[in-house]
Amino acid sequence: MKKFPKILASSVMALSLLAGCGSEGGNAATAVELNEGDTVKVGLNYELSGATATYGLAMEKGSQLAIKQYNEREDRKYTIEVISQDCKSDSVEAQSIASRLMTEEGVAFQVGPATSPDSLATYPISTDAQVPVLSPAVTQNGGMLDANGEAYPYAWRVCFEDNAQASAMAVFAYENLGKRKAVVYSDSGNDYAKGLAESFIEKFESLGGEIVTTENYIQGDTDFNAVISSLTEEDFDVLYVPGYYGEAGLIIKQARAAGLDQPILGPDGMDSPKLAELAGASALNDVYFTTAYTTVDASDELLSFIEAYKAEYNEEPDMFSVLAYDATNLGLQALEEAGATGEKLNEAIKNIQFEGLTGSFAFDEEHSPTKPVLVVELQDGVQVNPIKIDLDAE
Amino acid sequence: MLKKYFSKENICWIIFAAVIFTLITFLMNVGVIGSYYQITLYNICINVILAVSLNLIIGVCGQFSLGHAGFMCIGAYSAAIVVRSMSNLLGFALGVGIGIVISTIAALIVSIPTLRLRGDYLAIATLGFSEIIRIIVLNLKITNGAAGLSGIAKLTTWPLLFVLMVASIVIVTNFSRSRQGRACISIREDEIASEAMGINTTRYKTTAFVIGAALASVAGALYACNFYVIKPDLFTFNKSIDILVMVVFGGMGSMTGSVIAAAFIGVLNMLLQNFSSIRMVIYGVVLVAIMIFRPGGLLGTKEFTFSALLHRKRKEKGRK
Repeated sequence: MKKFPKILASSVMALSLLAGCGSEGGNAATAVELNEGDTVKVGLNYELSGATATYGLAMEKGSQLAIKQYNEREDRKYTIEVISQDCKSDSVEAQSIASRLMTEEGVAFQVGPATSPDSLATYPISTDAQVPVLSPAVTQNGGMLDANGEAYPYAWRVCFEDNAQASAMAVFAYENLGKRKAVVYSDSGNDYAKGLAESFIEKFESLGGEIVTTENYIQGDTDFNAVISSLTEEDFDVLYVPGYYGEAGLIIKQARAAGLDQPILGPDGMDSPKLAELAGASALNDVYFTTAYTTVDASDELLSFIEAYKAEYNEEPDMFSVLAYDATNLGLQALEEAGATGEKLNEAIKNIQFEGLTGSFAFDEEHSPTKPVLVVELQDGVQVNPIKIDLDAE
Repeated sequence: MLKKYFSKENICWIIFAAVIFTLITFLMNVGVIGSYYQITLYNICINVILAVSLNLIIGVCGQFSLGHAGFMCIGAYSAAIVVRSMSNLLGFALGVGIGIVISTIAALIVSIPTLRLRGDYLAIATLGFSEIIRIIVLNLKITNGAAGLSGIAKLTTWPLLFVLMVASIVIVTNFSRSRQGRACISIREDEIASEAMGINTTRYKTTAFVIGAALASVAGALYACNFYVIKPDLFTFNKSIDILVMVVFGGMGSMTGSVIAAAFIGVLNMLLQNFSSIRMVIYGVVLVAIMIFRPGGLLGTKEFTFSALLHRKRKEKGRK
């Protein structure tokens, strides 16, 4: 009994050499040509439970609404059947569901998941199955690229990446506000903020600006007065605070109380009603942040979307539900244009010219949208003057 | 000597493993087990390695460890980092090797001081340890922080996975039946008595713990090279609990139980995918029901063995 592992292992290994040869390939879902009036399946793969369920739930609502509206349209070519599954905020689960949707259920395309790691896990599956994946909110830098630096052929995102919004903010600070000396006060505890700070500094310096100093805080800090009082002695004219609204709100409040009246800039992590609660409306003047979506000066389409969303779910839509709505509609438009699934549908997505609620765009080499970044100003805590910064225009 | 290798039981086991392997490979090739079911199958196999290796620590040696996710994390990241720059089987082997070395060293550092003591110190120390590993991974540059590593080549093939799974089951069962293993069992049953019999309890506890940790890191490497993406969030305390559930569910001390439990939980999870909103509730109810009706786990400490099967047959013959 003692020695049999060796025998067992060697015999199994020998067997595996024989049997393992033929097991690769053959995973591609069958591409079909569609006729008008066909029922087409669309897969939703979102985090409906678990740590990131807040994003997943909001996005699922956006996607469901898009499909519902499509099915109610008179001039629709197809009838869409939704298959929505919960990936539990788990990337293995996301992968398993992606595989199930694409190879078992035969969906035309998948929308979701919400967060970058879960989505990235589904991209290799989409390549094998030749079913496109539309990611509403994968903002991770280089998220669409595989290990060799090439974009996953069947994966697309409708949001700008983190780098883009920090660069856009640098352009805004330099060109629109005419500022030359910046201080970066960044959250050192998460990659999102770190990436933003790096991109901002790089872009601002390349434009000819000067970074006077960089300071750090950690998520969860509440007292920023030590750094702020040291900043009062620095000579600078703009402050960039990459991070989330929780700390940014308190930083703005304490900075204004200490007499720092320079403009304060932030990323889309500041886009929350909580910001005004934390900072107080009176402190929120001359504050700007980047975002993908604002209700200020809303287009008619956006207004009607907000109305439909409220009627359907009895709550206000947020940036995530809007991005998911756009991603789903993009898929549906491509489906109509292609009239087929699989490779043809992917071609149609690649060449699409899409008019969405978050702007009209096409896809670039890295499968990211070429859309302008919005910069919104806060006056007494209220969003005003959205300005589009088009990085690609330069 | 050769007769010892090719005893009836061993031949039965070899045939058994070969039949399962050939059967599943055949089903994969003809498309009965599609790529969706393959993900579940691969996940089950990885969980079998994790459950069996934890069972060695908890079931055989009686030491409560809550740090299995930490060792898995070490294995996963070692393999991922090596494979990202060297995406072939050699890179995988190298990554597994590095993972085993690091987790062995880490296991020794954690276990030598804590296992000298009697009681549940190990549980607390390993709990803290796996959190430390996760925080380190979260802050290192090479591990890419919270975003984790993506684009890891898929090197975990079915034959490789199966061989490693069988190998780890064999290592664990053979260890637990060896002289050292019996010493471990005596520690589980009564630490003071076994110490009085002259057993160096610290040494055997540490041995079992290190073997368990090394196997967990192998499972981590397989995991990383199967699911393309790893991030620190995957290796939280919850992951350790998931593995613990499988061990308790199957029966502490029963390797057969761990294998069955890993398969059962994997399949249950897959079947419940369609009922996402009530899935966790059903999952909980099933676990509670099992624990009420079979408090010792599915199999208790029983094992499925061919020797017992053959023995019974022989007895029946004798009666006739």
